[in-house]
Amino acid sequence: MALNTLEFHLKIDEVTHSIDTPIHLGVVGSGDMEVLMEPKELEGAVSVRIVTPVAGFDELWKRVVEKFVSETLLGNVHLEINDNNATPAVVLLRLRQGFAEATGK
Amino acid sequence: MSTNTTEKKWDRRSADTAERLAAASRYIGPGKQFKPEDTVALLEAVIHAGDRVNIEGNNQKQADFLAECLNKVDRSKIHDLHMVQSAVPLPVHLDLFENGIAKKLDFAFGGPQAARVATFIREGKLELGAIHTYLELFGRYFLDLTPKVSLICAYKADRQGNLYTGFNTEDTPTIVEATKFRQGIVIAQVNEIVDKLPRVDIPADWIDAVVQSPQPFFIEPLFTRDPALVTESQILLAMLCLKGIYAEYEVKRINHGIGFLTSAIELLLPTYGEELGLKGKACTHMILNPHPTMIPAIESGWVDTIHCFGGELGMEKYVAARPDVFFTGPDGTLRSNRAYAQTAGHYALDMFIGGTLQIDKYGNSSTATGTRVAGFGGAPNMGCDAKGRRHSTDAWLKVGKEMPSLDRQIGNMPRGKRLVVQGVETFGEGRAPVFVEELDAWKLAENANLDLPPVMIYGDDLTHVVTEEGIAYLNRCADIDARMAAIRAVAGYTDIGLQAKPDETRQLREAGIVKTPEDLGVDRSRADRSLLAARNIRDLVTWSGGLYNPPARFRNW
Repeated sequence: MALNTLEFHLKIDEVTHSIDTPIHLGVVGSGDMEVLMEPKELEGAVSVRIVTPVAGFDELWKRVVEKFVSETLLGNVHLEINDNNATPAVVLLRLRQGFAEATGK
Repeated sequence: MSTNTTEKKWDRRSADTAERLAAASRYIGPGKQFKPEDTVALLEAVIHAGDRVNIEGNNQKQADFLAECLNKVDRSKIHDLHMVQSAVPLPVHLDLFENGIAKKLDFAFGGPQAARVATFIREGKLELGAIHTYLELFGRYFLDLTPKVSLICAYKADRQGNLYTGFNTEDTPTIVEATKFRQGIVIAQVNEIVDKLPRVDIPADWIDAVVQSPQPFFIEPLFTRDPALVTESQILLAMLCLKGIYAEYEVKRINHGIGFLTSAIELLLPTYGEELGLKGKACTHMILNPHPTMIPAIESGWVDTIHCFGGELGMEKYVAARPDVFFTGPDGTLRSNRAYAQTAGHYALDMFIGGTLQIDKYGNSSTATGTRVAGFGGAPNMGCDAKGRRHSTDAWLKVGKEMPSLDRQIGNMPRGKRLVVQGVETFGEGRAPVFVEELDAWKLAENANLDLPPVMIYGDDLTHVVTEEGIAYLNRCADIDARMAAIRAVAGYTDIGLQAKPDETRQLREAGIVKTPEDLGVDRSRADRSLLAARNIRDLVTWSGGLYNPPARFRNW
């Protein structure tokens, strides 16, 4: 199946959290995804790269990742997501689990 | 006064039946048996054009041989039949309409044939009476939809014609009682004919003819959910349900839907549920098919009673070995009965919890899609507040007490309410949004000329919505505006969810109408498969002490 790659940057005003070490979480099983979070100097921004078999849901991906960034106040992080048809619920769960592991919160 | 002394006849129905059976008598031998090769001829003798006919078939057993034979009758003689039956899951059920043998259908569940039902209605091949719930249809069997001829299904017959329906008794007693006691005709197919039955489920004098079908009837393990497929997001939802609903209301009497969320709940009872101190306080009495995922909770002593609509392949020995929990006969095997389980489900449950495909902004939910007339089986009878209920329980009373609008309907009179819970991820399969502006049921009503959009659970019956965003306690909402706001607040990134206003959501959280996982103290990082009491089918076999015998397709070891 052809994979789509989606890349975008997000930036929020009050970055209060960043991470020190890379975190890897999840598996690219059916209905699931893996996420790699790594510290990266981006002048407070978050860069996102998503590889997914699903087409036509770019807006939804952005909404979900935006929500995650705005609730965690995360910055200077690169997110690498390899998706295998995860629902937004799973995406957000994995991101939050990754954040909790990276920051102890 | 008329001098005509002709007596009015009061036994036309039995006379008609006697005439038909006389025409069929040359095919029927000792023990009411007939040969498979005579089946078509026998059906042509006992069925007349325009008759109301029932073909038994529900989740666990299908009178498939008799259905195939009915499809082979001479349609110049037998046509325009009015089919009244629980379900139409087999292709042949719809072939009858394609071939002009049947004309009208009253049913409860479409299953795999749901798309053909919609197409046939549109093409004029099928006239739809109504889509019922099971209890509603059973009720009409005893009122205005009594079958003249019923083609039923059992495991075994003895040499007198008594029947054993056993583990999967399901709908048989209801169909037979309605048909036979209104002087109709009952024809049974069985897998085998034996000298002695384990027990008699249907006495021989309630049936007219029996055939041993060339092959055993079709049966599927519809209620087996492999724990290996339970996702962490389902586990999170299950944790929210246990803490925010099971513990909050201490719900004892429950029906679980058949999706993976309720499987996850079942598998969390002995772990997370026990940690919450819920054992003995929740989930003690259940109306449920014998779900394999209930084994760990049963083995851990959670469950007092389970009554079943039907059986489940592979669970026969396990159930027989737990007669304190399940309803079993003098022979030791399960006796399921859909009518009684649905009656308990309608009147005696404190909670129905399940999933759906769509919930609209008002809280109405449906599994109907634009092109499939599927029906909802028994879900609406359990997924509603039974208005005839007159006994109280703590959970039922608490839900009623929390309703701020009750006094606007019945003044100062106290009344409880059943918990009706829909647990869904905000986006379902193929990223289809579950929360929608308008249900596809409206499109279906248009496509298939239905009077009503088929709604599984109406918004006024729905008390709680659970998503990955949290729980909306709809019973605590004063009016429809508040309900809509609470639904928006848990609808995530769907178009409905994006209309949520942060201020409004904050107020709802302060009022305890919406609770996020954080509000409930549910730690998302614990939503992990290690929390499941069994992580695969093999674990379930181990929990059962080897009594559960999963069908081959679930064995991967």
